[in-house]
Amino acid sequence: MSLYFTKEHEWVRVDGDVATVGISNHAQEALGDIVFAEVPEAGRNLSKGDDAAVVESVKAASDVYSPVAGEVIEGNSAIADDPSLINRDPEGEGWFFKLKLADTSELAGLMDEAAYRDWVQTL
Amino acid sequence: MAFARAGFEGIGGLDENNDNLAKLPLDGWHRARGGRMVPFAGYEMPVQYEGIMAEHLWTRDNAGLFDVSHMGQLLFHGIDVDKALETLLPGDMLALKDGRLRYSMLLSPDGGIIDDLMATRRGDHFYLVVNGATKQGDIAEFQNRLPRTIAMDHMKEQALLALQGPKAAEALDALVPGVGELSFMQAALFHWDGKPLWISRSGYTGEDGFEISVAGRDVEALADALTADERVKPIGLGARDSLRLEAGLPLYGHDLDRSTTPVMADLTFAIGKRRRVEGGFAGSLRIMAELDNGPAQKRVRLLVDGRQPVREGALVLDGEGNEVGRITSGGHSPSLGRPIAMGYVATPLAEAGTALTLEQRGKLFQAEVAPMPFVPHRYHRKQGAAA
Repeated sequence: MSLYFTKEHEWVRVDGDVATVGISNHAQEALGDIVFAEVPEAGRNLSKGDDAAVVESVKAASDVYSPVAGEVIEGNSAIADDPSLINRDPEGEGWFFKLKLADTSELAGLMDEAAYRDWVQTL
Repeated sequence: MAFARAGFEGIGGLDENNDNLAKLPLDGWHRARGGRMVPFAGYEMPVQYEGIMAEHLWTRDNAGLFDVSHMGQLLFHGIDVDKALETLLPGDMLALKDGRLRYSMLLSPDGGIIDDLMATRRGDHFYLVVNGATKQGDIAEFQNRLPRTIAMDHMKEQALLALQGPKAAEALDALVPGVGELSFMQAALFHWDGKPLWISRSGYTGEDGFEISVAGRDVEALADALTADERVKPIGLGARDSLRLEAGLPLYGHDLDRSTTPVMADLTFAIGKRRRVEGGFAGSLRIMAELDNGPAQKRVRLLVDGRQPVREGALVLDGEGNEVGRITSGGHSPSLGRPIAMGYVATPLAEAGTALTLEQRGKLFQAEVAPMPFVPHRYHRKQGAAA
């Protein structure tokens, strides 16, 4: 299993051809108290960079992009029911959606965990 | 993820110029307490410390300390200063007693709201507190439109703190004995540690509380003394916004501007009874006509169904999908755990209980006009005390 990040603060955990996507700890900290999340439905086809989900905190509304292309297998209903889960466990239970990767070569353009954590320090 | 597609009102938004931001007297104090500083009204200001939700709920249950030193504190001296102010403000300034304050508005000649403010009679002069983002424009308006016999001073070196919440009175009275005797919208001069404090029982959260005008050089010691009390925590701009929204109070630049009048804004309580009859204030012809015939649009408070916040800029639609208004403030209510909003609608649709549809980014939301503030006001009013 490998973990990747984007400069838009999404993370992608890859297991075989299934990718789980969420937002980073840095992103949830910047957003503050999250009060709403909307996740994509199973069966939706996403291209890389598509608006895939919505996350709203008390102070701001943001779009979550799909870091890679694929077909949505599952949206995380747990965060739709309890959006604060994203604040509590952003890189674990607070995941947004899983998709079946359309093109694994897209992963090569993403950052690995160490590179992302270093880069976030510079922001 | 794209940060802040629709950001917290005024906080780091596109309308903010991040160059040449001024620093508050408590700048270092905020940073030392973990305050996240953002541009607001030309200053770097703390939007939050531990988190907007926790700070909001703390203020509703305990006491929150807000730094509102960005606001403009103005003094007006001169013969018949009350009469002069009445040409620009619709409130009854002649009847305002010494040590009493009143919510009012600076009006343009066509009755539009240039700013909303608090006016206090203080012996032979008046003390006004105006919004931070609008203070320079207000000063120019006062200079141009008041008679030469009125002298205005901008107290640039003066800081302003607000202590708000059900435990504010106990906490402040422990430090400044006697402040608990003030009733809502009353003010007086007090001393703490030999330092003069002008304290009013007022605020903008819907809670009981105080606003404390203190010299900039003394504000840090006072903020330290206040937060040494375990009932008091520093609270940022984020919670200040959600608290005032729940209390149904309008925010200038969002819910009020030059295109809105006091009648449209549902602020007719601020137009004195005598003044409704006599007129004689900026825009009085239009405002008196609106009082008689009703305004075309009116500010309403809206309870929004579902969980997603509906924010400034969303449209209000009638049953047939016609645009009948717009949302001017909106967000998540921490106390109610649901979205609430404020906006303007065609007057026939402003009745409490009216069902409306809102549209935000192509998505529809159901909403209902709320009869009262979302969270009831808990002001400290004394029996028989003059308002």
